[in-house]
Amino acid sequence: MKSLHIKKLALGLAALMAVSSVHADEFTKDDLERWQGQFMAVVKQGRELWTSPTLGTNGVACAQCHPNAANTHPETYPKFQKQIGKVIPLWEMINWCLRNPLEGQPLAADDPKMIALQAYVTYERRGVKLEPGKH
Amino acid sequence: MNHINRSRRHFLQTSGALALGSTLPISLVELAFADEKQNFTFAYISDAHIQQIKGSRFVRNWDRGLIRAVAETNLLNPKPDFVMFGGDLAQLGSVPELDHGAEILSALKYKIRHVMGEHDYYLDLGAYWEKLFGPQYYSFDHKGVHFIVLNSIRTYDDWTYHRWPTAEQRMLEMAGLDNPNSSPFMVGDEQRQWMKKDLDKIPLTTPIVVFSHSPLQKIYKGWNFWTEDAEQIQALLKPFNKVSVIYGHVHQIQYNQIGNISFNSVMATAWPWPYPQAYAQAEQYLPKLTVPMNRSDPFFERDATGWQFINVANGHVDLNYLLPENTDRSVGFDKDAKNPVDKQYQSEGARIPPQSHF
Repeated sequence: MKSLHIKKLALGLAALMAVSSVHADEFTKDDLERWQGQFMAVVKQGRELWTSPTLGTNGVACAQCHPNAANTHPETYPKFQKQIGKVIPLWEMINWCLRNPLEGQPLAADDPKMIALQAYVTYERRGVKLEPGKH
Repeated sequence: MNHINRSRRHFLQTSGALALGSTLPISLVELAFADEKQNFTFAYISDAHIQQIKGSRFVRNWDRGLIRAVAETNLLNPKPDFVMFGGDLAQLGSVPELDHGAEILSALKYKIRHVMGEHDYYLDLGAYWEKLFGPQYYSFDHKGVHFIVLNSIRTYDDWTYHRWPTAEQRMLEMAGLDNPNSSPFMVGDEQRQWMKKDLDKIPLTTPIVVFSHSPLQKIYKGWNFWTEDAEQIQALLKPFNKVSVIYGHVHQIQYNQIGNISFNSVMATAWPWPYPQAYAQAEQYLPKLTVPMNRSDPFFERDATGWQFINVANGHVDLNYLLPENTDRSVGFDKDAKNPVDKQYQSEGARIPPQSHF
């Protein structure tokens, strides 16, 4: 019984190692393109939401004040948002904007729309160094 | 800056019936001039972006900005000779938006003249706006200064007349500041020919002030902080001794000097825009002279919005920016430097942290 167990375990380990090493090596060009494509599709959804008059209730779009998501500074979050009085991630600030200038409803942190908005904002800021907490 | 007379004068009546908070009275630095008779003042309100939600409902925030500017302008003392509205009264150029904006402006106690903005234009190419406010470009004279008003937000005919299936879509495409489907602003042949004729009659010593919606200089094409035929307009203005261009559209303080031409922007009453350098992917040319405004605080909805009170002094303009929630600023022509200078913020070391943009 015992030896069988050990055999099984050894087999299992070998199989696991074989599988994981194969996967680690399989970073093909096609994979990279697919992953980038998936990411850019979400960025595109984010851009559509950013310019949409129906994200809030009053027709105001994010892009009206933040063309190309400028002055959103995703590289500075989480940071102490002085007006809220605590350290918050970017999505909480997005919800502040949804509630106030857009007179709309906030989104859950894992709402696909919230993820898309953050993907777009961060993509427009690509190349800028991370400076969490900066004002 | 030694030509500035530091004796301050209250330009707003403290006894006004409107309670506008702690910012009143607004006092301004006054310049001392050789010939007092040639000096006068006017007010400049711009970029209200009145936005209809549905029926008689409009976006409250933008309404409040314009209502406040009108109320404060009415309190000016001494009174301005006239008021300019710098364009983008409406957000999507519709009759209800233009009517609602005109109704708010009708509370002004002074003569008002208008500049066309792209948000007023691209639905019906200015037809209803003309009914309300008159021709899209014109000139007038006031106390020895020749004023020219241009419609600088036209674009290539192909884009305007052939690209879009509906007028509504054309308006929406141009309304997105960062929309890659929009098209560069221009004054165009027709108006440049008119302007050349208009200027032919004017002695070269007459001070010229040009009002346009877009900057008649090239700053950032991606957001149309740009006029495609800017150099050709500048060439028409080059022979004159004193020329000032005042423009809206950018929702922020900018100033520059190109040869004999001083450039000054005006604020929006609706919302502020980031400086183009805040967009990390942008190739932009913000004039080196410009000391940027503070980064705005969105929690104060009037922050980094405002309107202006303009002194015309011996043919040069001095812009006094009235900025609720923000320290007022004053940018005037400096005789010695021969360009516009902010009276408070000049060197890098004199700036406060929020003026260092990132």
